[in-house]
Amino acid sequence: MAEDRRKIAFRLSILRYGSVGVFIVLAVAFWVLQVVQHATYEEMAENNHQRTLALRAPRGLIFDRDGRVLVENRNSYDIALVREHTRNLGQTIRLLASVLGLKESLVREIVDRHRHQPSYEPIVIVQDASLAQVAAVMARRLDSELPDVVVEKVPTRRYPPDSLAAHLFGYVGEVSDQQVASDGLDSGDIVGQTGLEKIYNSLLMGEDGARRVVVNSMGREMRTLEEIPPVEGRRIKLTIDEDLQKAVEEGFRDSGYNGAAVILNPNTGEVLALTSLPEYNPNEFAAGIDHAEWASLTTDKLHPLEDRALQGRYSPGSTFKIVVATAALEEGLVTPDFKVHCTGGADFYGRYFHCWKKGGHGTLDMAQALQQSCDVYFYTLGNMLGVDKIHKWATRLGLGEKTGIDLPNEVQGLVPSTQWKKEATGQKWYAGETISVAIGQGQVSVTPVSLAVMISTIANGGTRVTPHLLKAVDDGSGWKPVPPPPPKGVVQLKPETIETLHEGLSMVVNQPGGTAYWDWHKPGPNSADLAGFEVAGKTGTAQVISLAGAREAAGKTDKNLNDHGWFVFFAPVDHPQIAGVVFAEHSGHPGVAAIPIARFALETYQAEKEGKPLPVWPAAPKPAVAAAAATTTTTGGTGQR
Amino acid sequence: MFDRHLWHYIDWLLLGAILTLCFIGVAMIYSVTGAVHGSDSQLYLKQIYAILLGLGALVVCLSIDYRTLADKSHLVYIAILALLLYVLLFGTLAGGSRRWIQLHVFNLQPSEFAKIAVALVLAKFFGENRQSIPTPVELALAGVLTIVPLGLIAKEPDLGTAVTLIPIYLGIAYLAGMRMKMLGILAIAFVLLAPVAWKYGLKDYQKSRITTFLNPTQDARGAGYQQIQARITVGSGGLEGKGFGKGTQGQLRFLPVAHNDFIFSVLAEEQGFIGVLVTLGLYLFVIIRALEAARLSNDRLGAYLVLGVLATFTFQVIYNITMSAGLAPVKGLTLPLMSYGGSSMIATLAGFGLILNVRMRRFTN
Repeated sequence: MAEDRRKIAFRLSILRYGSVGVFIVLAVAFWVLQVVQHATYEEMAENNHQRTLALRAPRGLIFDRDGRVLVENRNSYDIALVREHTRNLGQTIRLLASVLGLKESLVREIVDRHRHQPSYEPIVIVQDASLAQVAAVMARRLDSELPDVVVEKVPTRRYPPDSLAAHLFGYVGEVSDQQVASDGLDSGDIVGQTGLEKIYNSLLMGEDGARRVVVNSMGREMRTLEEIPPVEGRRIKLTIDEDLQKAVEEGFRDSGYNGAAVILNPNTGEVLALTSLPEYNPNEFAAGIDHAEWASLTTDKLHPLEDRALQGRYSPGSTFKIVVATAALEEGLVTPDFKVHCTGGADFYGRYFHCWKKGGHGTLDMAQALQQSCDVYFYTLGNMLGVDKIHKWATRLGLGEKTGIDLPNEVQGLVPSTQWKKEATGQKWYAGETISVAIGQGQVSVTPVSLAVMISTIANGGTRVTPHLLKAVDDGSGWKPVPPPPPKGVVQLKPETIETLHEGLSMVVNQPGGTAYWDWHKPGPNSADLAGFEVAGKTGTAQVISLAGAREAAGKTDKNLNDHGWFVFFAPVDHPQIAGVVFAEHSGHPGVAAIPIARFALETYQAEKEGKPLPVWPAAPKPAVAAAAATTTTTGGTGQR
Repeated sequence: MFDRHLWHYIDWLLLGAILTLCFIGVAMIYSVTGAVHGSDSQLYLKQIYAILLGLGALVVCLSIDYRTLADKSHLVYIAILALLLYVLLFGTLAGGSRRWIQLHVFNLQPSEFAKIAVALVLAKFFGENRQSIPTPVELALAGVLTIVPLGLIAKEPDLGTAVTLIPIYLGIAYLAGMRMKMLGILAIAFVLLAPVAWKYGLKDYQKSRITTFLNPTQDARGAGYQQIQARITVGSGGLEGKGFGKGTQGQLRFLPVAHNDFIFSVLAEEQGFIGVLVTLGLYLFVIIRALEAARLSNDRLGAYLVLGVLATFTFQVIYNITMSAGLAPVKGLTLPLMSYGGSSMIATLAGFGLILNVRMRRFTN
């Protein structure tokens, strides 16, 4: 028994030491976890239960010059997946796809595309989700079935209906990787991609806020730890006049032509209206455009994404005669009563150049030559000037260079010179080439906005204004006017130059025989409204293809080969307040669309100014089919009017 | 039956340590079930009732001389087998297993009481043996006495509780003088049987628990989730803990069944390494005091009985604490004295009644 007892005591003491040993090991294990590796686990615990949700800042509102809202914001809902909280990705994707009514493969593709993102960043599966989708997801979340799916409220741009001024506003989209690198933006930011949204992105973009919340293991928010409210972007006021903008676009739409129009205050360069057609709907970009729509926009033969007002380069046609007249007078080569006899054409350097009027214009002075757009008169002036002087004055008036308007991607037109030709082709300029240039043909090309600057310079007597759109900014403490950009150049035109040009251009519109007279004075419901508001202008027709080319191409191409119609104008003649250009693509004669649209714009401007009811576009003319317009054009030779 | 002077021999220190652990358990349950934050959870109250009932059971087990109880152990054993059979046939089905008998007040879990029955019957079996070294036949017979309830419990299925019967057998046989060579043979047999058991004995979820333990990150969102969360819970507690009712892991339910299997993780999170050390110390104190009771025992029967009860207790404490730090596969094994659970609490306190009983009667014959 005693030996038994000793044996038991021995074995018990082994157990005692064993127990102490095991407990020491346990204590060390806890020490390692809780003290040595504490920081690591503490961070993991925080990641577990804290989430930072972005509070998107609304972009600043955009107003017209009279304080009317043009672009505002609405709330849309994004449905996003936060993989950090996903237990079974495949199952979540399957469930989410069925809840949202999407293809599983599509959801999987979106998730795959973002798989390199940190897992706590939400992957947006649906932008601008429908209410049904949002409700379906929220219900599942309450059942804790989709703890890893979040619904985010996102302020989204709302642009005006009918795609008003689409190219002007531009659109917003998720920031690209290059932009993140260059502009100090964060991945996922929504930024302006073109138009004013891009140029003034730093003003319009607010500062996103954040909300740090505690969530439980089901992903349900328990409480808010901290909230940094978002700061709304600054509000901006444009120089645009909404009524005028609408009138111009209505004119284009109802007459059925594409094209562009730019209307300025010729004294300041404020842009009152600027449009390009066809337009796209910027609302489709606001919450993320889908591939199919993007593809259809980029492959459309009419190039709806191109802003024709800034990016279209076209032959100016007879509107260029204003430049040649100015150059001749300012260079002192001729006086306003310099006369030329037109017999329907003339020989220069061994080649016969037609005037557009077959029988000829007879003897004309400068004002009459402008009124009737006599080609022979300007062939003669051009020949006297030489291409370099034409280039010099075209540049001073605003052509052949960028205007500096506050919109992205402006291109510059071209006014040839001897130096240009040498650099571009290595060849010498031939004096015969100047003859075509003198009537806005040959290599001359302009953008509509630069032509608007040119006519403004003529209207204001020599100041080459910089067109601009931003009138005032409100950073929360009221509107602060933005000083207009300085003019690109000032050249004091001689009084006799101004007088002659204003007289001739007024005669274009107001004297029988003027190239715009009949179209301007067509009997119509509003024809009397502009009484006392004297308008000056100049028509132009830009050939798309030479007559010979047209004959050859006939029936071989479905491209529209009809000429473009131009009309530049300013008013009132004695103290110009408004100036601009209307460009109607493939409309043929300017009287078909360009002149009526310009007239409608001026009527609207005048009515608005006098507080009268706005005019109504004359009862709908049929939308012109390309072929129908063809018969009204082409008056022979290389002539233009 | 109960001499007044026996009061003097009650191990009040051991009882005090036990009650302190019970109190810590209630406090943790109170914290993690959200009662701190005004949730209407009544679990901590139920736990207090269970402790009171358990103290009643402790007093009963203390009052009757353990030798008298051992004499009737075959009856207790048969009664438990009957209960285990009953629960297998008519028990309440919950979570795919039948473990409970539904009573009006609470659910009775017979497997918890099977531990006491097995400890009693094995102590009696080896205590009657006159030889100093048990023969292989005796060891085999004792094995059968263990295997029968073990099999019934495993069939419920409740493999975790079933396994806790093995330390009773090993502990008593060891103290009864089983040769170390036999222990070695048993160990080898276990190793050889393991692959067979793996193939035929384990269910898929049990296998996945083990593979997951070996490599938790392979399945961080599935079975490995609990293990990783357990480690985060413990590790984030740090030296001083996040404070009572402030443990994010437990409070926000990143840790499953925190008031039950993972109560020690909650303690580690909220009370930190300091709280862990205090609690580990208390458990070690309980174990060493109980070993002392075995050493002081008047007879072999008493020593065997103490060790049988203590072996399963110690095994469960060590396993659960290891698991709650994410260092062992997750098994449904509670932490005796602290985890929420009525049957476990009552059976554990009854077991300590037996241990106190043996020590108290060390001078009586």
